[in-house]
Amino acid sequence: MDTQEKIADTDLTMTGAEIVVRALCDQGVDTLFGYPGGAVLPIYDALFTTPELHHILVRHEQGAGHAAEGYARSTGQPGVALVTSGPGATNMVTPIADAMMDSIPMVVITGQVPSHLIGTDAFQECDTVGITRCCAKHNYLVRDVNDLARIMHEAFLIATTGRPGPVVIDIPKDIQFSKGIYKGPEGTQHKTYHPASEPHEAGIEAALELMRNARRPIFYTGGGIINSGTEASAALRALVSETNFPITSTLMGLGCYPASGSNWLGMVGMHGAYEANHAMHDCDVMICLGARFDDRVTGRLDAFSPNSKKIHVDIDPSSINKTVRVDVPIIADAGKAINALLDGWRREQHPRNDLSEWWTQINEWRDRKGFSYEKQEEQIKPQYAIERLYELTKNRDTYITTEVGQHQMWAAQHYHFEEPNRWMTSGGLGTMGYGLPAALGVQAAHKDALVIDIAGEASIQMCMQELSTAVQFNLPIKIFILNNEWMGMVRQWQQLLHGERYSHSYSDSLPDFVALAKAYGGHGIQCRNPADLDAAIEEMIAYDGPVLFDCLVTKDENCFPMIPSGAAHNEMILGEITGDEIDESGKVLV
Amino acid sequence: MTQANTPSSPQSAYFIDDHSEDAIVRRTLAAIVDNEPGVLARVVGLFSARGYNIESLTVAEVDNKAHQSRITIVTSGTVQIIAQIKAQLERLVPVARVVDITTSPAGLERELALIKVSAATGSDERVEAMRLSEIFRARVLDVTLESFIFEVTGGSSKIDQFIELMEPLGLIQVSRTGVLSIQRGLPE
Ligand SMILES: Cc1ncc(C[n+]2csc(CCOP(=O)(O)OP(=O)(O)O)c2C)c(N)n1
Ligand SMILES: [Mg+2]
Repeated sequence: MDTQEKIADTDLTMTGAEIVVRALCDQGVDTLFGYPGGAVLPIYDALFTTPELHHILVRHEQGAGHAAEGYARSTGQPGVALVTSGPGATNMVTPIADAMMDSIPMVVITGQVPSHLIGTDAFQECDTVGITRCCAKHNYLVRDVNDLARIMHEAFLIATTGRPGPVVIDIPKDIQFSKGIYKGPEGTQHKTYHPASEPHEAGIEAALELMRNARRPIFYTGGGIINSGTEASAALRALVSETNFPITSTLMGLGCYPASGSNWLGMVGMHGAYEANHAMHDCDVMICLGARFDDRVTGRLDAFSPNSKKIHVDIDPSSINKTVRVDVPIIADAGKAINALLDGWRREQHPRNDLSEWWTQINEWRDRKGFSYEKQEEQIKPQYAIERLYELTKNRDTYITTEVGQHQMWAAQHYHFEEPNRWMTSGGLGTMGYGLPAALGVQAAHKDALVIDIAGEASIQMCMQELSTAVQFNLPIKIFILNNEWMGMVRQWQQLLHGERYSHSYSDSLPDFVALAKAYGGHGIQCRNPADLDAAIEEMIAYDGPVLFDCLVTKDENCFPMIPSGAAHNEMILGEITGDEIDESGKVLV
Repeated sequence: MTQANTPSSPQSAYFIDDHSEDAIVRRTLAAIVDNEPGVLARVVGLFSARGYNIESLTVAEVDNKAHQSRITIVTSGTVQIIAQIKAQLERLVPVARVVDITTSPAGLERELALIKVSAATGSDERVEAMRLSEIFRARVLDVTLESFIFEVTGGSSKIDQFIELMEPLGLIQVSRTGVLSIQRGLPE
């Protein structure tokens, strides 16, 4: 070995903690969200001397996870979180499960007790890989410091390719101290993991054939298009405009096609648009792009779009035929498949499908105005609050996150998205407490943007402590609470399904949110009068710092339209219902 | 299930036979996996988490240079569920591939069982057990004055049948390996 090589070698010999930090930097990570503890102190020590890696100290590990998710969803880059062993890791489980459900790329680093203590019920020991095995895309327990660099890079590869998801790396403390060789990310490959992303030509041809002969087609799009990147959204827009097919999207896909686009039908699903659900039910060709036939979307399975031929583009083969039988499965990245469809559509000269009857029918459904609600002069209706928020923020560089409940659905219905990556919500897991920390993650990535968490008064209390993080790091997020004094979505189900027995769903003993904001060092605003709402929202936008906006809204509003549990898309109800619409088998569904 | 009754397109990897949608079938699946810590837990956890059946499972490293193990799983479900199981298994990061041995023309399955039978010296049962063991090509592993232990290999149904025949003769205990699988011919 000559001297040159020796020097290079010692350069690359470093402690496990240094390997972690170096790998993060080499992966292009500039921000991570974390919380220290005994089992990650060596990594925190390495961070101390790496100022270019911006660490945001949360107040609860769950906050770190959701912040990493918000960061990832709004940038298209993987989010990174760092927590200690035992309680640090268990507090992280909810965000890991959340990211898994919504296919969010995330790398989570957890400390572990030293190798020789594993299995002895040591202080702050828990079986992190065991606990997270079923809710992460993949996980590792590092046993040898010389595997650490490879594992770090593999984790990023796995988190970001194929169907994205969370990857957990559990690192015993002794490994963080011991010295090993660092290897860079160049040429990182996994021995067995090679997800396919190119569409099969025969599948594309079969899809085009169905599309060319369709009389009542619909694009049913989802979060896979957002995950595929902004080019996928751009290609989708071109495909919609050239085919003139109507398009709907899941909750997760909002923004991949602009809400102002003329072919837009609104969101599909349980609280989706009347026209979107009816069109899904009556279509003859359904082109599903990056969505997964979730039960919130399909309603009753045996009545789901009974007369259509279904094309399903999904990067995850296990999504195909999982709940709904499809005719043309295409296992591919959504963007690549859309581009292939677009190329094929353009290549073949054919008369444009005559869709006039279909559009006439759709316009009749549109005329039902499923999202309309009764306006009020004296009190703020929650829908009105979202409408005003939209009008006053739509021309800004705005990002929206939400908590979970009625406010989330009203946000999806009444806030309109023109671009992908602007809408961050917990879809699959439905995690109350997601929105505030997710907003931190978004704001950390987009310093000058207007980032708003549309919240409920119950959900917001689940990760309220992160307001302190926002103050510390000058992250001027706006928390817009639709305060109806109820766990509204629970109350709605109790009203419709449980004989109006409101068991433990009232938000009693609420804090004074204005005073709370002040206590944290933020700004509090309360508004109860529709006439004052615009000015109050303007005040919120103008304030240079975190704002907690307590918007007092009507207390008994229900979220409509709604496909009752166990019903079909064309049994959607528009207004107040009595409960008879839902039969016994529907009641057991969630 | 939707009403669309046209078969999946031929290029589908998930072709579903229309006639037997709800019939429960038994399938032997072989998964080639990286032999790394936790891989068996991932596979078994997937079955319990998604409510799939495991009738038997065998695992051992089969290629120590490539660190690969072969897991053979006997499971049951509708054809759609079997396709899901296969796809879900393949989604696991350390799973290289999954082969349906039952439907593969090249698939071979074998199981080994150890079967203890009580049969006193000189009894008719002892003579009959010995006679049957010859028909089944079972080997006698151990003999005492009161008992035999047979070793029998074959397809699972052959072993089931042998056990059934031993039952009235004085079956005491059974130990089975679960199904092993391999494919004949050269790998493609
Ligand atoms: C962590 C968690 N716990 C429980 C639930 C069940 N849940 C769904 S919505 C909801 C009520 C939310 O109330 P609020 O935040 O006030 O929103 P609203 O529906 O009133 O708009 C509850 C309890 C959940 N989704 N997440
Ligand atoms: Mg509420």
